[in-house]
Amino acid sequence: MYIGKPSDIKPSEITDRKVYQQRRRFLGVAGVSAAGLAAAAALPGLLSASRGVHAQARLAAAYQSPFNTKEALTPYKDVTTYNNFYEFGVGKSDPAELAASLKPHPWTVTVDGACASPGAYHLEDFIKPHALGDYVYRHRCVEAWSMVIPWVGFPLAEVIKRARPTGAAKFVQFTTLLDPKMFPGQRFPVLDWPYTEGLRMDEALHPLTLLAVGLYGEVLPNQNGAPLRLVVPWKYGFKSIKSIVRISFVEQQPITTWMRAVPSRYGFYSNVNPDVDTVPWSQRYERRIGNLFKQKTLMFNGYGAQVAHLYAGMNLAKDY
Amino acid sequence: MATRQTLVRYGLKPTVFVLCLLPLLRQGWLAYTGNLGANPIGELTNETGVWSLRLLLVTLAITPLRRLTGWGWLVSARRMLGLYAFAYGMLHLAVYWGLNQYFDLSLIAGDLKRPYIFAGYLALLFMVLLAATSTDAMVRRLGRRWQKLHRLVYAVAILGVLHYLLLVKIDFLPPLGYGAALAALLGWRLWAWQIAPRWGVLLRRGEPVTPTRLAGHR
Repeated sequence: MYIGKPSDIKPSEITDRKVYQQRRRFLGVAGVSAAGLAAAAALPGLLSASRGVHAQARLAAAYQSPFNTKEALTPYKDVTTYNNFYEFGVGKSDPAELAASLKPHPWTVTVDGACASPGAYHLEDFIKPHALGDYVYRHRCVEAWSMVIPWVGFPLAEVIKRARPTGAAKFVQFTTLLDPKMFPGQRFPVLDWPYTEGLRMDEALHPLTLLAVGLYGEVLPNQNGAPLRLVVPWKYGFKSIKSIVRISFVEQQPITTWMRAVPSRYGFYSNVNPDVDTVPWSQRYERRIGNLFKQKTLMFNGYGAQVAHLYAGMNLAKDY
Repeated sequence: MATRQTLVRYGLKPTVFVLCLLPLLRQGWLAYTGNLGANPIGELTNETGVWSLRLLLVTLAITPLRRLTGWGWLVSARRMLGLYAFAYGMLHLAVYWGLNQYFDLSLIAGDLKRPYIFAGYLALLFMVLLAATSTDAMVRRLGRRWQKLHRLVYAVAILGVLHYLLLVKIDFLPPLGYGAALAALLGWRLWAWQIAPRWGVLLRRGEPVTPTRLAGHR
């Protein structure tokens, strides 16, 4: 069956980390923008030439996250064609097929709520103060599949510090753009639009918590949550909200979209937890996309050393 | 001139046979060419299950279609359709056991407590009974009991829809769609076999037609 004949693009061709990092350095020298794109297209065996989708503009990352995993990257093609982004539709291929309707420029991000320096920023101005880094994280979907994704982004903590939250700021709430013209899926009441998510302040300030603007050294494709998304690698994927337009500091624990949709299955924390099944299926194992055999799911998606202390004393079967 | 028997044997049955095989051939081709997407096992699991349910509903549509169109010959395709529903169900089980649980008995047993898994097993178990008693010889041997036994097909369909409904994340529309189709097919039987005949009797007797009388109460 499919085992005998993998897709025409060998994973090694498109995911080899060395190649992609070499290219990153090369392009860093060559400069981003037009020259970089032309060079990328000219180099043989590279992503943009072999994968048959639109090449995104390059992003130069200034540093490597100390948390980067050495695990094999999930192929770019899978990362950008197998998505849950209900704003485009509930099918896994809907986001990649319909993503052209999203216009991530111009884009405004509003920071408000309990903070001393609120503001509304053009995306470019919002990102400008931050050095971009490479963050290679495991991504575990609540549906029991997982990927390894090389994000480009910066810690959410930097944004929070810039906003100077007040003592009343106990949680951070995030909101996705509401625009049924750009998001055809929002015409259907599958979820209560706009999508919202939330983190406790200490979770939001954690150095693992990321605002991503790219993946695989390129600007985020629309289907992956362009132009700005959250990445919280120790929580199920739906916590990592996409296409963010608002970041609010609030005093009360926000009710997130999935909590509202099915409260018995989705809680505020939604930490990856192999021992607690609040969904109908088992969370003990996961299918790493591209692998035949499933693998054991790790507590906090393998980030326990970094985050377990945040939940000391909590009953995670109750506070799921 | 071709007899009805030859038309069924060389026309209808081979056509249905090939048509029912197409979803499997398509999946096989997509698998062979590596076009099942990022999660090919998930795709195979879903497709085999959904086709089992679809073919079961087609099987249940034969009787209403025959009555509504007068095409009595449709019944000649029913057994094959039912057996195909069974075959896709077995494939679904094989993919689940083999490619999702890797024949790990502790995993397979551990899943039994999940309502959607249990409903699925029950549906498959009933389908095994129906398939095993689907031969001409079994029909003759069981006589009147055969018909009684094969009413289990309604339970299989209900359990199939339930299995689907219980496992989806949030998109209840597809299982509800199949549920609506099943409700229509079962509703037609209720009407045609229970309510309409009594209505006719009441009308002939010149008695008033009331819900309680239609339900058979006096």
